[in-house]
Amino acid sequence: MTMIFGVPLAVLSGQLLIGVINGAFYALLSLGLAVIFGLLKIINFAHGAMYMLGALVTVVLFDMMGVNYWVALFLAPLLVGAFGILIEYFLLRRIAGQDHIYSLLLTFGVALIIQGVLTNIYGVSGLRYSMPDLFKGGINLGFMFLPYYRAWVIVVALLVCFGTWFVIEKTKLGAYLRAGTEDSQLMQGFGINVPLLVSLTYGFGVMLAAFAGVLAAPIYSVTPVMGSNTLIVVFAVVVIGGMGSIGGAIITGILMGVIEGLTKTFYPPASSAIIFLVMVVVLMFRPNGLFGKEA
Amino acid sequence: MVGGAQAEISNNTVKIGYLADMSGTYRDLAGPNGLKALEMAIKDFGGKVNGAKIEVVSADDRNSPDTSSSTVRRWVENEDVDMVAGMVASSVSIAVSKILEENDRLGIISGSAASSITNEHCTPNHIHYVYDTYPLANGTASAVVKEGGKAWYMLTADYAFGHSLESDVRQVVEANGGEVIGAVRHPFPTQDFSSFILQAQASGADVVGLANAGSDTTNAITTASEFGLTQSGQTLAALLLFLTDVHALGAETAQGIQLTTGWYWDMNDETREWSDRFMKETGVRPTMVHAGIYSSTMHYLNSVAAAGSDDAQTVRKQMMDTPINDMFAKNGKIRVDGRMVHDMYLAEVKTPAESKSDWDLYKILRTIPAEEAYRPLSQSKCKLVKM
Repeated sequence: MTMIFGVPLAVLSGQLLIGVINGAFYALLSLGLAVIFGLLKIINFAHGAMYMLGALVTVVLFDMMGVNYWVALFLAPLLVGAFGILIEYFLLRRIAGQDHIYSLLLTFGVALIIQGVLTNIYGVSGLRYSMPDLFKGGINLGFMFLPYYRAWVIVVALLVCFGTWFVIEKTKLGAYLRAGTEDSQLMQGFGINVPLLVSLTYGFGVMLAAFAGVLAAPIYSVTPVMGSNTLIVVFAVVVIGGMGSIGGAIITGILMGVIEGLTKTFYPPASSAIIFLVMVVVLMFRPNGLFGKEA
Repeated sequence: MVGGAQAEISNNTVKIGYLADMSGTYRDLAGPNGLKALEMAIKDFGGKVNGAKIEVVSADDRNSPDTSSSTVRRWVENEDVDMVAGMVASSVSIAVSKILEENDRLGIISGSAASSITNEHCTPNHIHYVYDTYPLANGTASAVVKEGGKAWYMLTADYAFGHSLESDVRQVVEANGGEVIGAVRHPFPTQDFSSFILQAQASGADVVGLANAGSDTTNAITTASEFGLTQSGQTLAALLLFLTDVHALGAETAQGIQLTTGWYWDMNDETREWSDRFMKETGVRPTMVHAGIYSSTMHYLNSVAAAGSDDAQTVRKQMMDTPINDMFAKNGKIRVDGRMVHDMYLAEVKTPAESKSDWDLYKILRTIPAEEAYRPLSQSKCKLVKM
């Protein structure tokens, strides 16, 4: 068997694929953060909580109303996105234009409240959610067993990521968005409803997080605290990619998934630290991140 | 308030500090419901001990030895706390017991697993009550090896508890003619286990042993089933599973898993009677830790009453001299190293067909007698044993 640094090639290929799958998750989550920061300059510390809400709403909808996975894939992000819009309208709007630290503290507080309340209701042991029948089982690739569901995660996550990038960077709607946040008064003058645009953009960023949450529900233990650990990693991904860079968030997300996966193979104890190590190194040489624009 | 006499209750108050993970990964196995169990014990005891009042304070340990140390230091140095109860993450218990030793107060650890707590980390100031990694390894690992699972691969949580459990499992596996052919230490907590499960699959081991706890274990089991680990002929051995974890997984996913437990709510009339009362208070069935918190608090209060003192050493001696006979343990004894030894149970998770209700989850396969379950004092590295 071919070995690379004492690891069989087959195992390594498997780990690379797993890295890409996890990277797709990171990409989806960091994309939402990048959209919210890039367009609204809000540091959304509630992003992990929104991811958790996406998963939790999926489980609760199923338990209470028998709503299946496919419906939840649309419904849960919509509900959580609407909740995000309420947060923007009632809270974030009041501190618009203030220093970034205010939005960070406010969203962090909101996240802790959501997490605390739900922990009291649901506990932390995890809620049960079964895999949709269509995705049960998997395929033997020779070097690894790939569950169908993980294959689905890569495909759908990358599609959503690419679609978002396309809309924001290449369409007229995206141009309005970018212009509206660049010079809101001018855009108001053109008859564009900028406050509405801001609400919808925040809601959309939140929807992306909730969508990742729905994708996570069948494979991870769904608990009110599931977002808090993920959030910090995803923030590091966004910082490495360059705060606010949409394409950067996607590429960095996948890259970090792979780097983390390789660390899990070669030196597992460092796997929770590796992304932060990369972040430190990147910030030393490129303070604006890999894909960030010069300030 | 420096009391000279030993045989009295300081400040005419017995003050108990309850320390546990109240909001994180280990919340459900002890947490707020453990505090309820403690309060149930105080209420059942009568609310007063020899006329002195009983006070309770509580704090979230946040699974952090640093946070816990500063909390407990404040409790014992400024707030006259006599006994600290609860305590879940092993790293927390080890840190806290050092502070209790410095200040000569008592700690009764119910949630932690590391057997090192009463081995190399033993102090004359704490008692380890419910279970530890030695019987977990002894019960589950030896049963699995005897069924033919000779080659093991370990997935270990990378901190005190995981290391302790891994080393205890290694001993048991080797003593029974098996071998640990590989191990991977994962960060605590980990959400995605797919990478580690893949490594375990590639190892060619017969058995994949999970030396972790809480959501780490449930996530690992879910991922193992997703990646078809058992279909490809490997056995999954979860060394530490709490009732709340199994409840979260459900009988469908968890069926057939063997585990070792210190107690189960549905063993006899006595356990059922107490569990019904507990469920009325909390809405859930108790874990072994909840039951242990109740039992140990009761034993502590009885001992304070009998000794007429809340001095740590006096009470600890009284607790050691009195066998424990209640719904939690029969003829349980606290040894000189602080280990409470009692019968343990090898259980198997029921199939969905066997399970009659949401919490009807275990069938007890075997009672592991106390003297067989725990590490014998002859193998102990505890400084108190040689004295």
